[in-house]
Amino acid sequence: MSTQSTSWVPPRAGRWPLFGAFTILFLIAGQVLGLTQSPADRDMGDLEKIIYVHVPAAWVMSVTFAIVMFYSLRYLWKRDERDDLAAAAAAEVGTLLNGLTLALGMIFGKPTWGVWWAWDARLTSTLVLFLIFIGYLSLREFVDDPERRAQWSAAVGILGAINVGIVYMSVRWWRTLHQMQSSPETVDATYVLALRVNAFAFLFLMIYFVRRRYESLCLVRAADHAAEAAALRGA
Amino acid sequence: MAFADDWRRVRAIAWKDLTTERRSKAGFNGVVALGVTILMLFGFALGPDTQAIRDAAAGALWLAALFAAVLAFNRSYQVELESGALDPLLLYPGSRWAIFSGKLLANLSFVGLMLVIVVLVGIVLFQVTIPAAWPALIGVLVLGAIGICTLGTFYASMASRSRAREVLLPLLLFPMLVPALLAAMQASKALLGGDLMHEADAWIKLLIAYDVIFLIATHLAFEHVIEA
Repeated sequence: MSTQSTSWVPPRAGRWPLFGAFTILFLIAGQVLGLTQSPADRDMGDLEKIIYVHVPAAWVMSVTFAIVMFYSLRYLWKRDERDDLAAAAAAEVGTLLNGLTLALGMIFGKPTWGVWWAWDARLTSTLVLFLIFIGYLSLREFVDDPERRAQWSAAVGILGAINVGIVYMSVRWWRTLHQMQSSPETVDATYVLALRVNAFAFLFLMIYFVRRRYESLCLVRAADHAAEAAALRGA
Repeated sequence: MAFADDWRRVRAIAWKDLTTERRSKAGFNGVVALGVTILMLFGFALGPDTQAIRDAAAGALWLAALFAAVLAFNRSYQVELESGALDPLLLYPGSRWAIFSGKLLANLSFVGLMLVIVVLVGIVLFQVTIPAAWPALIGVLVLGAIGICTLGTFYASMASRSRAREVLLPLLLFPMLVPALLAAMQASKALLGGDLMHEADAWIKLLIAYDVIFLIATHLAFEHVIEA
């Protein structure tokens, strides 16, 4: 079945480990800034510190799933299997961030709302999104043929992305108690800086993870191609 | 002209699938029996308080229908895969979407018929009083069935050809069906309660939008999925 070109060379790590080291330091700096420099919230006290991980995780999660969508569409358009591997790498990292968003949201929710879980629109649709991408990653595990896996996961990824908006709307009609979306105007200036720094730290971390995962997925595929070529030569 | 040809293909595929089902009947009987069994189990979970059962009737009915329908979707490709008939089917000239439409139509008839029986049993078991707006309720049943069957037929085309298809289909399908099920349940619940708050309208509109969006999306994507 695998008729795709094998002409590509797996990408090299290059300076990416250096970028990774920078990202970790930047993240540590961002967290220190958030923990020490921002004042305790009037109502929530030091509880508000969790927003420096919860909110960036949620923001960057959306960016990551947009990357999945982009590479899935590009795969269907150009049929380059590296696009599929990039989508897969982004999906893994996106699911991780999605799980992190949920877990941190629950930890945040218990003391502020008094419950670990509330059936509100954003929580529920985030959970649905998480389950959709668990399905996406399972599909990739359960399908062996690389071309088939690539086409199917592209379709599942795109349909899943289309569904996110509908899920959100349907659950919002059903029940809502989440606060309105935060924007720099609704958040006090002292929090904005720490929030922005940490958002960039998470963004860099995501890029780093996706890149390194993409490299390793490419190496696995390249090894498959090499084994196939060797078998064809009758080695 | 081309569309007329494709439409004939759609009918031919649907006819073929339904004939296979009609000749064995075992599949349909099994699925209906499962639907009724699930209804009964929901009764145990919710009862024996009559009012509680009545309040939960809409949700229980849709879930019983969903769990039973999931079995039908994998079956619709299973028979062909076992006899190696899917590849020859793809070799026939004509649009790929016609194959999907045909299978969808067959599944819709299959699930629709199952739904009629399960709903009738549910009305008796859950002591539901039939509301004056029963035509709207039938509309909701049709729209809900279209939503479930569209994505069910689509995802089954992948799941049935993968390892672990029994796990994969519900895993992929159920989260995707959240808006359709939520809308169908809420609309049914509102209509069964006399729709005093006039909320059924909004849910029916959402259901229509969902059906239209995914009918288009699955028809476009099917070509990529079936050829791989």
